Amino acid sequence: MIKCKNVAKSFDDKAVLKGISFDITEGQIFGLLGPSGAGKTTLIKILTGQLSFDGGEVITLDKEIEKLTGEDKRKIGIMMDQFGVYERLSCSDNLKIYADIYGIQYSKIKEILQYVGLGGAEKRSASKLSKGMEARLRLARVFMHSPKLIFLDEPTSGLDPKSMQAIHKLILDKKKDGCTIFLTTHNMEEAAKLCDKVALLNEGEIVEIGKPSDICLKYNYKKKIILRLTSGEEMELSHDATSAKKIYELMQENTVEAIHSSEPNLETVFLEITGRKLQEEA
Amino acid sequence: MKNSMIIIKKQLKDTLKNKTILIQFILFPMMTLIMENAIHMEGMPEHFFTKLFSIMYIGMAPLTSVASIISEEKEKNTLRVLLMANIKPLQYLMGIGVYVWSICMMGAVVMAIGLPKQDILMYLFIMAIGFMISIFVGACIGIFATNQMSATSLVMPVMMVLSFLPMLAMFNEKIEKMARFFFTQQLKLCLNDMSIMGHSNETYIVLLVNVIIALLVFGLAFKKKGLE
Ligand SMILES: Nc1ncnc2c1ncn2[C@@H]1O[C@H](COP(=O)(O)OP(=O)(O)OP(=O)(O)O)[C@@H](O)[C@H]1O
Ligand SMILES: [Mg+2]
Repeated sequence: MIKCKNVAKSFDDKAVLKGISFDITEGQIFGLLGPSGAGKTTLIKILTGQLSFDGGEVITLDKEIEKLTGEDKRKIGIMMDQFGVYERLSCSDNLKIYADIYGIQYSKIKEILQYVGLGGAEKRSASKLSKGMEARLRLARVFMHSPKLIFLDEPTSGLDPKSMQAIHKLILDKKKDGCTIFLTTHNMEEAAKLCDKVALLNEGEIVEIGKPSDICLKYNYKKKIILRLTSGEEMELSHDATSAKKIYELMQENTVEAIHSSEPNLETVFLEITGRKLQEEA
Repeated sequence: MKNSMIIIKKQLKDTLKNKTILIQFILFPMMTLIMENAIHMEGMPEHFFTKLFSIMYIGMAPLTSVASIISEEKEKNTLRVLLMANIKPLQYLMGIGVYVWSICMMGAVVMAIGLPKQDILMYLFIMAIGFMISIFVGACIGIFATNQMSATSLVMPVMMVLSFLPMLAMFNEKIEKMARFFFTQQLKLCLNDMSIMGHSNETYIVLLVNVIIALLVFGLAFKKKGLE
């Protein structure tokens, strides 16, 4: 679906992307993680043909990016990192513009607003929506023409947990419909929950890529089993036969409250690789 | 064409809710109606306010509205979304240009109300030319500016020159000498005798050079930056 080989991009003298390579297969949710200024938005712009690049190869929708036709672009849906809707227009007027462009019947507008959970807000102007609702409207706009390939630039940044979950559900629904989804986020939990594959981007380089759980396992240097006992005591056991015996005994005594593994989460992995926190500004 | 129409339709809905742009469009037509009816002084040239405000209208409304529409759409990422939906940059600019031109022409019709019947067509023709040049200048600014703030700071000085110089030129000879280099002053001369014929060569040369510069800068800006 998407393939990048050695993609490089500089603004003036500043190298923003330094040889990015990865591929995304159809039906995957791919997550690009990285702190502010890592180059996430820049990469999305390149993958969607909005920005030229200095070197390397970009394949989108199985075609070289330069050869995408208008017909191909119709198969792409994109939500930029900020705004993207007409603030003074109502929700339905916003969508009407795209219905006109794509030749979609207006009846679909009501349907899609309902689908994203904006059923009662058709007439409300976009500037009067809450942040969570605005995110839904932006998604409605992206889903309008039923794209097969969807780019979401920080779809949940700044949202409360409930809105975030609602957005996650919409994204997972789209995956079920067979869409391929490229999303960027600062949020590691979100990436671990949604994505089939993630890439950690730092200062224009991919420092790690793979299945979220695989990445975490890879950085599981500690290889410990952590037991929490009913007494409140915590024990660290190594991965070996004596530990197995110990756990067996404790379990029989019925004194085990919980068993944890010691693999780090994506956040810790990122910190370890780069020495940088993902949400430095937060 | 269809895509430009979609832009025009969108813009029409938006303008009705956008007070700053709306005021740009109706301020001078309103002021003209009011002043022409309210103030009559001895020795004042005929249709003084109509002619004065018409030139200020040319120098302000199309310029500021085009620049502000384009720069706002850039800042708010809506332009990016339109382009991704396969609206071509020229279709977009055409839509905005035609839209602003049409609205301004309606304003001009209102301003023409008090003029003698035989002058109205010529008046509208002169205004139409002025709006067009001003729209191109505004589009240049919209293309250069990355957000509304930078657009405003570019619009301000240009607007001052185009719309205030012709007014100040009436009172000050030095300013008049400067104002002559700009199309608005030359169009003011045309409005004064309601004719585009029989002026000095200077008028035609200045108009032509202004048009060429506006088109050239627009073309270069567009080629270099597109709507990115
Ligand atoms: N048009 C541009 N001209 C010059 N520099 C730019 C331009 N666009 C982006 N940059 C620079 O490129 C770098 C990466 O920007 P980008 O927007 O891709 O980061 P990001 O990962 O999306 O960050 P965020 O999480 O804040 O959205 C930044 O240092 C930014 O200043
Ligand atoms: Mg970004």
